[in-house]
Amino acid sequence: MQPQWGRTVMSTENGTGNDFSSIEQLRECAKSCRRNIVEMVHRANAGHPGGSLSAIDILVALYKTRLNVDATNPDDPERDRFIMSKGHASPAVYSILHEMGYLSSEDLETYRVMGGVCQGHVDMTWTPGVDFSAGSLGMGLSFGLGTALAATLDDSPRTSFVMLGDGELQEGQIWEAAMAAVHHEVSNLKVFVDRNRIQNDDFCEKQMRMFDVAAKWQGFGWAVHECNGHDMNELVEAIQWLDSITDGPAVVIAHTIKGKGVSFMEDNPSFHGAAPNDEQLQIALEELK
Amino acid sequence: MTLVASRDGYGSALVKLATDPQVIVVEADLGKSTKSQNFRKILPERTISLGIAEQNMMLVSAGLATSGFKPFASTFAIFTERAFEQIRNGIARPNIPVHICGSHGGIHTGTDGSSAQSIEDLAIYRSLPNMLVLHPSDFNSAEQLTIQLANKKSPSYTRTARNKTPVIYDKHAASKLEIGKGAILSEGEDVAIIACGVMVSRALEAAEELSNIGINATVVDMHTIKPLDGTLISDLAEKCGCFVTAEDHSIIGGLGGAVAEHLVENCPCPLERVGVCDHFGQSGDGDELLEQFSMGTTHIIAAVQRTIERK
Repeated sequence: MQPQWGRTVMSTENGTGNDFSSIEQLRECAKSCRRNIVEMVHRANAGHPGGSLSAIDILVALYKTRLNVDATNPDDPERDRFIMSKGHASPAVYSILHEMGYLSSEDLETYRVMGGVCQGHVDMTWTPGVDFSAGSLGMGLSFGLGTALAATLDDSPRTSFVMLGDGELQEGQIWEAAMAAVHHEVSNLKVFVDRNRIQNDDFCEKQMRMFDVAAKWQGFGWAVHECNGHDMNELVEAIQWLDSITDGPAVVIAHTIKGKGVSFMEDNPSFHGAAPNDEQLQIALEELK
Repeated sequence: MTLVASRDGYGSALVKLATDPQVIVVEADLGKSTKSQNFRKILPERTISLGIAEQNMMLVSAGLATSGFKPFASTFAIFTERAFEQIRNGIARPNIPVHICGSHGGIHTGTDGSSAQSIEDLAIYRSLPNMLVLHPSDFNSAEQLTIQLANKKSPSYTRTARNKTPVIYDKHAASKLEIGKGAILSEGEDVAIIACGVMVSRALEAAEELSNIGINATVVDMHTIKPLDGTLISDLAEKCGCFVTAEDHSIIGGLGGAVAEHLVENCPCPLERVGVCDHFGQSGDGDELLEQFSMGTTHIIAAVQRTIERK
């Protein structure tokens, strides 16, 4: 499949949201990304398929319908920023950057290979289109707050989007940043939480119960919206909702399924950080046709 | 003798940097202490308060820097260490030019006690690739070196001191300082004393007393711990043949460690390290504590005599 360059234009003529054919294109794009994700992890015999497959629909919706970025000018100072805080889900980022024209198929084959542009965790010094070097959880929201404050100081319309994992909400630094974002009333900071309910060792509920995640963000003063993180219609609406919030930071808690799209990976903590074997890859690719 | 704290030099530099529209000050509540408040007073709109949250401060600074700003982020030296991994992974690793200042470095910090006396900051930041590590000795050098940082494209850590110390450089002499180049403050052929921070004035005192007993010492203000001025150290190894280092920091991994590494690999010769000998501090007057911990002028003199004997 050829990479799709540029953004998909969403029709809002009927006033209710999104043109079906465009939504279908988003779904097809996500499916293509999923295939690349499982192939990258299989080829490397390492990596994090579960959290990549849970996050990918959000990334496709964001990059294809909203993010103001240009693969032919990846360092444009006036681009929007996308900060992937859960940096282990790098295959998801590389697959959407491939769809957007930043990375070739050959680049994807360098995932976790020495000298390759696709490092194990997303790294801004290696990969065009990557705005933040992640890999250590809990840092991306602070960085996004920094880029958002910079845009405000520059009187620029550029927006900072951050994706957080739900497990990484256990890091205290997230809440330092959450408090500061409200204090500084940044309305150009938009966050997705990939609420896939699984972290490295096990289900989040077993590792550290987080109770009402939405209430926590609300308690810190954020505008909060919840959606199905695999429903493209809901995701496009969630992005539009994020843009409608102009008096402070906003977060979408996207309810997702870890490993979404590959039956044996779905909701399975074993595939947080494990590669499929040859046989499993074939099953996965069959399911993702 | 004029006495001023090097942290005031940092604050003064920020005021002078205010004309650079990209310079921005980032604080974690301790602006009154680190002296970044001097900048806040004139440019509150370019001063960002992040509350008592050092980890967040470091990454917010990184985000600002990748958007074209030149962030100067400060807190106590010891509290920068709370965000060490943020600095390591979020600033040094991607080589983002965030300029971190840790004030209240060393035992000389005094009555606050050991929780506020960082004795390991130079060692840990020196171990990070891409990091510049500075520790100026007085008001004017702190001011001058901080101003120079604004044009650096790499991240930096600058340690300043809480308490007042003698002014060593006049404005003209300070203007000649250069990041990465040790400053020779006195010349002699018998021994080289390499010092930094509050120990530089003590090294100069020691050199003066040593001259009275016929020992001529070179004294270097090694204000840049990384990159270390290895050329100068090699030259002094040839000229003097033995060394003493003097720092208000653990003798492990800081200036003494850096000089030892260079000497062993390039020009082996005797070295005695004056500094904090693998223990934590306590409350007390700064000068009194340096004496208590064998870091006074007399201790530098004794170290000089030992290193000369080993030649």
